[in-house]
Amino acid sequence: MKDLDPVLIFSGVSKSFASADGLVQVLRGVDLAISPGETVALTGESGSGKSTLLHIAGALDTADQGTVHLAGHNLAGMSDAKRAAVRRHDAAVIFQQFNLIPSLSVADNIAFQARIAGRADEALITDLADRLGLSDQLRKYPEALSGGQQQRVAIARAIAARPRLLLADEPTGNLDEATAAEVLDELLALVADTGAALLLVTHSPAIAARMGRRLHLSKGRLV
Amino acid sequence: MNRACLAALLSHWIRNPLQLFAFLAGLALATGLWSGVQAINAEARASYDAAAATLGDGQFDQIVPATGDAISQEDFVTLRRAGWLVSPVLEGQINGVRILGFDPLSSPIGFGVSEETQTGDLSAFLNGDQLFANAETAGRFQTGIRVVINPAVASGIAVGEIGMVQRLLNRSYLSRLFVQPDQPLQRPALADIAPHLRLKAASQTADVGELTDSFHLNLTAFGLLSFAVGIFIVYSTIGLAFEQRRGMVRTLRALGISLPRLITLMFIEVLLLALVGACLGIFLGYIVAAMLLPDVAVTLRGLYGADVAGTLQFRASWWGSGMAIAILGSLAAAAAKLWQIASMPILASAQPRAWAMRSGRARGVQAILAATSLLSAAGLAWFGTGLMAGFALLGCFLIGAALTVPLLMHPFLAFAAGAARTPVARWFWADTRQQLPGLGLALMALMLAISANVGVSTMVSSFRMTFVAFLDQRLAPELYVEVANAAQANAIETQLPDSGIVVLPLLAVDAQIAKQPTRLFGVRVGPTYRENWVFLDAEPDAWDRVSAGTAAVANEQLARRASLWVGDSVALGEELTVTLAAIVADYGNPRGQLVVGEALFRRLHPEVAPRQFGLRTDDPASLRNTLVSDLGLADSAITDQSALKAISLQVFDRTFTVTAALNVLTLIVAGFAMLMSLLTLADLRVPQLAPVWALGITRLKLGQLELLRTGVFAVMVCIIALPVGLGMAWVLLAIINVEAFGWRLPMFLFPGEYFRLFLLSLLAAIAAASWPSVRLMRLPPARLLKVFANER
Repeated sequence: MKDLDPVLIFSGVSKSFASADGLVQVLRGVDLAISPGETVALTGESGSGKSTLLHIAGALDTADQGTVHLAGHNLAGMSDAKRAAVRRHDAAVIFQQFNLIPSLSVADNIAFQARIAGRADEALITDLADRLGLSDQLRKYPEALSGGQQQRVAIARAIAARPRLLLADEPTGNLDEATAAEVLDELLALVADTGAALLLVTHSPAIAARMGRRLHLSKGRLV
Repeated sequence: MNRACLAALLSHWIRNPLQLFAFLAGLALATGLWSGVQAINAEARASYDAAAATLGDGQFDQIVPATGDAISQEDFVTLRRAGWLVSPVLEGQINGVRILGFDPLSSPIGFGVSEETQTGDLSAFLNGDQLFANAETAGRFQTGIRVVINPAVASGIAVGEIGMVQRLLNRSYLSRLFVQPDQPLQRPALADIAPHLRLKAASQTADVGELTDSFHLNLTAFGLLSFAVGIFIVYSTIGLAFEQRRGMVRTLRALGISLPRLITLMFIEVLLLALVGACLGIFLGYIVAAMLLPDVAVTLRGLYGADVAGTLQFRASWWGSGMAIAILGSLAAAAAKLWQIASMPILASAQPRAWAMRSGRARGVQAILAATSLLSAAGLAWFGTGLMAGFALLGCFLIGAALTVPLLMHPFLAFAAGAARTPVARWFWADTRQQLPGLGLALMALMLAISANVGVSTMVSSFRMTFVAFLDQRLAPELYVEVANAAQANAIETQLPDSGIVVLPLLAVDAQIAKQPTRLFGVRVGPTYRENWVFLDAEPDAWDRVSAGTAAVANEQLARRASLWVGDSVALGEELTVTLAAIVADYGNPRGQLVVGEALFRRLHPEVAPRQFGLRTDDPASLRNTLVSDLGLADSAITDQSALKAISLQVFDRTFTVTAALNVLTLIVAGFAMLMSLLTLADLRVPQLAPVWALGITRLKLGQLELLRTGVFAVMVCIIALPVGLGMAWVLLAIINVEAFGWRLPMFLFPGEYFRLFLLSLLAAIAAASWPSVRLMRLPPARLLKVFANER
C-alpha cells in the first residue's frame, strides 16, 4: 500500500440491528475514503449510526454488506484474531468514556497499546506525557485523575501506538468547554505530527468546523 | 504482547489486595483442610502397609489354633517332622506394644528387619538380646532389653529373635506358624497330624486397612465439605473480580487482544493464583495434619487396634491431591466466568452488572437445581444401598439445602419490605433483599457449616449418651480378671462363690457363623445379664431360652451382615441350630458376636477353658486384695470396672476430637467467607449507599444498619440450618453409620447445644460484619461525594 492511498475505504457498507420493532437499518450503502493525515468530522443526530460507522471502521464490528478496507486490509470475513491484529497495529480508538485500565498506572496505560503492538517507544511516550501535561501524573492511577486528564491519557495511549487511523468517539463529550478546547488542540497537533488520519465523531459544530472535512450522517446515509 | 496483557490482568489483584487475599486465603483454607485430612489418611495407610509388611498379614497362609491362642512347641516339631515347611511366631504385649518373636532362618518375611537378618550380621541378631523397633515405639516401652532403632519396623511393634522373645514374655508356646509358599507335595494333611490346629488362608487375615476404610472415608467427607465451603470463597471472589473487570476486558479487546488469547491469558492468570493458593494450602494442611494426627492415631488404636505413626511425613500422594483439587477447584470456579467473557460481545456494556440485578431467571435455575438435588437425595435414601450411596445422599441433600437458602430468604425479605412502616425500614429490607445475590454464596457456606455442626454434634452427643448407657449395661461386673493358668481359673470358680461373689466366666472362641467371621461367647445367664442387657429387639423369654441352650443373642453387627433378626434360625454346627432370641447393640465393635448359654458353649467347645472372668462384688478393693494375696493373681491381671469405663470413654472422646476440630475449622472458614464477601462487596456498596447518606442518614447509622443486616441474615441462616443439620444427623446415624459400622444409633436432640451454636454463629457473623461496618462508618464523605462527581 502506498503512503498516499486512503487508509480507510468504505464501499457500499450497510448495517442493521434486530430490535423489538423489527430490523433497524443503521447504515445504508455508505461510501467513504480517508487519506493519511486527513482529519474528518462525522456529525449526525443521535441514533444516526455515527458510532456504528466508527466501530466498523475500527474493526470492532462488522458490516452486513459492502467492503471495508483499513490500511490495505479487507476486513470482510476476517477472523476475530486477525481483526484484533488490525486493531493492534493500524487503528486506535479514543472513547468518550476513556476506557483506561483502572489497575494500571498512567504511565502503563499510555504505553499499553504500543507494547501490545510491539512498538513501544519510551522516548515518544515521555514526549507525549510531557506535551499533554501528564508528566507529574505518571505514577498515579486513573481514578485519581480528572476527566480531562483521563481523556489526555486516552489520547496519549492511542498516539503512542502510532496507528495509521485514529478514531475518536466524542472525545470531548465528557469535558467542560475550556478543557474540551485544550484537549482538541492537543489531539490535532499530535495527529498533525504523526501523519495519522483522524475520524472524529462529534455533536459539536464548533469542533466539526476545526476538521479538514465534515461528513454528516442522516438516516444511515452520508450527506 | 502476552506479557503486557498478563501484567494488566494481574495488576487488578495488586490494586485490589483484599480480593487477592480473599482468593488466596479461601483457596489456602479449602486446600489446607482437604490436604490435611489427606495427609492423615496417607500417613495411616502407610502405617497399615508397614504393619502388613512387618506382620506378613495377607501374604502367607498361617496355621493357628482352632481354639485359644497357643500352639505348643511339640506341635511345631511334629509338623516340621511331617514335612510341613512352617516358621514359628510368638506374639505378646508389653506396655501396649506388640512384641513379635520370629525365626529369621525359616521365616518367609523379614518383619521389617530384613537388613539385619539377610545382609547384616545374622549371628548378632540370633545371639544378641535385642529388639528392633522404630524410634517412636522404642520410646513407649521399657523391657530392660536393648532396643535397636529401625524405621522399617511398623509403628507399635517390636520384633526380635523368637527364643529371646519367649524368655522376655515368659512363655513356652507359640502363637501361630507361617506356612512357606512352596511345600513338599507328599505331606500329610494338617487334620491328620494336628487336628486341633487349622489352616488360615492369607485372604482371611484381617486387613486393618479395610476395617478402617469407613473411618478414613468419614474424614475425607469432612475434608471435602471444608473444601466446598472454602471454594465458595474462591468462586465468590473470582466472580466479583471478573465482574469488576468487564470494562477492562472490553478495553483490552478494543485495543487489539483477540478473544482466544484473552481467555487463555485469564486461564493462565487463574492458574498462577491457584498455584500460589495451593502451595499455601498445602503448608496449612501440613500444620493441620500435624496437629490432628496424634488424636487420629489414638482413635485408630482405640477403635481398630491399628497402630499409626504419630509423626507426619511429606508424602507426594497427599500434597499432590491437594495441589490437584486446588487447581481444578479454582478453574471450575472460574469456568463460568470465562465462559461468560467468551460469549460476551466486544461492544457489550462495560458497566459491572450489579449483583442485585440478577434476574428471576437465575433464581428459577437455582430452584430447579435445588429440587433436583433434594429429589436425588430422597431417591438415594429410598433405593440406595452401600456406604458410597450414603455419602452421595448426604452430598445431594446438603447441596440441595444450600441452594434453597437464597430462595427461602427472598420471599421473607420481600414480605418484610412490604410490611415495613417507616421509609428507612422499607429501604433497609429492600436493600437487604438486594444484597442477597452478592452474599448468597457466603450465606450458603455459613448454612452448610452450621448444619454440619448441628448434624455432627447431634450424632456425637447421641453416640455418647448411648455409649455411656451401653458401657453401664455391658460393664456391669465390678472386676475383670485374666487368669494365667487352669489352677487360677479353678480357684476362682470354686472358692469365690463361697464368699458371696458372683463369678461370670467369659468363654469365647472365633467361629464362622452364618458365613460371617464371628466371636462366639458362652455366658452364665443370671441377674447380671437379665437386668443390664438392653435389647434392640427380643422375644419375651430370651434369656430363659439362651440359658436352656435353645436360643442365642446376636449383636447388631452380625444380625445386619447376615440378614438375621429375632426368630431366625442360626446353625452352630452341622446338627445344631438355635433360634435368635434377641439382638443387642454393640457400639464401637467392628466384629460380629453371638452369645449362647454356658452349657451349650461347653458342649460345643469342651476344649476351651475360660481365661477371663467378670466378678460381681460389693467390695471391689477387698476382692482385689484376695485375688492377689490368696489366689496368686498378678495385680496387672485385674481390671477395675470404673477404670475400664474411664478408658473406654477417653478413647471415645478422643475419637471425636478430630471431628470436633474439623467442625470448628469449617465454621471458621464459613465466617471468613462471610467477612470476605462483605469486604469485597463494600466498594460496590458505596454507590448504593451514597444517595441514602445524601438524603440524611448518617454514616454511623448506615454502619449500624449493615451490622443489623448481617444479624438478620445470620438468624435466617440458623433457622434454615437447624432442620438441615438434623436431617444430616439422621443420615449419619440411620444410614451412613449402619453402612459403615453395621449398627444403628438412636437419635437424641440437644436444644441447649443448638442454641449455644446459634449464638456462636451469630457472633461469628456479627464479628465478620464489624470490620466492613466500621469501615463504612469511617468512610470519608469525599468518597461518597465522588459517586455524584462521576455522574455525567
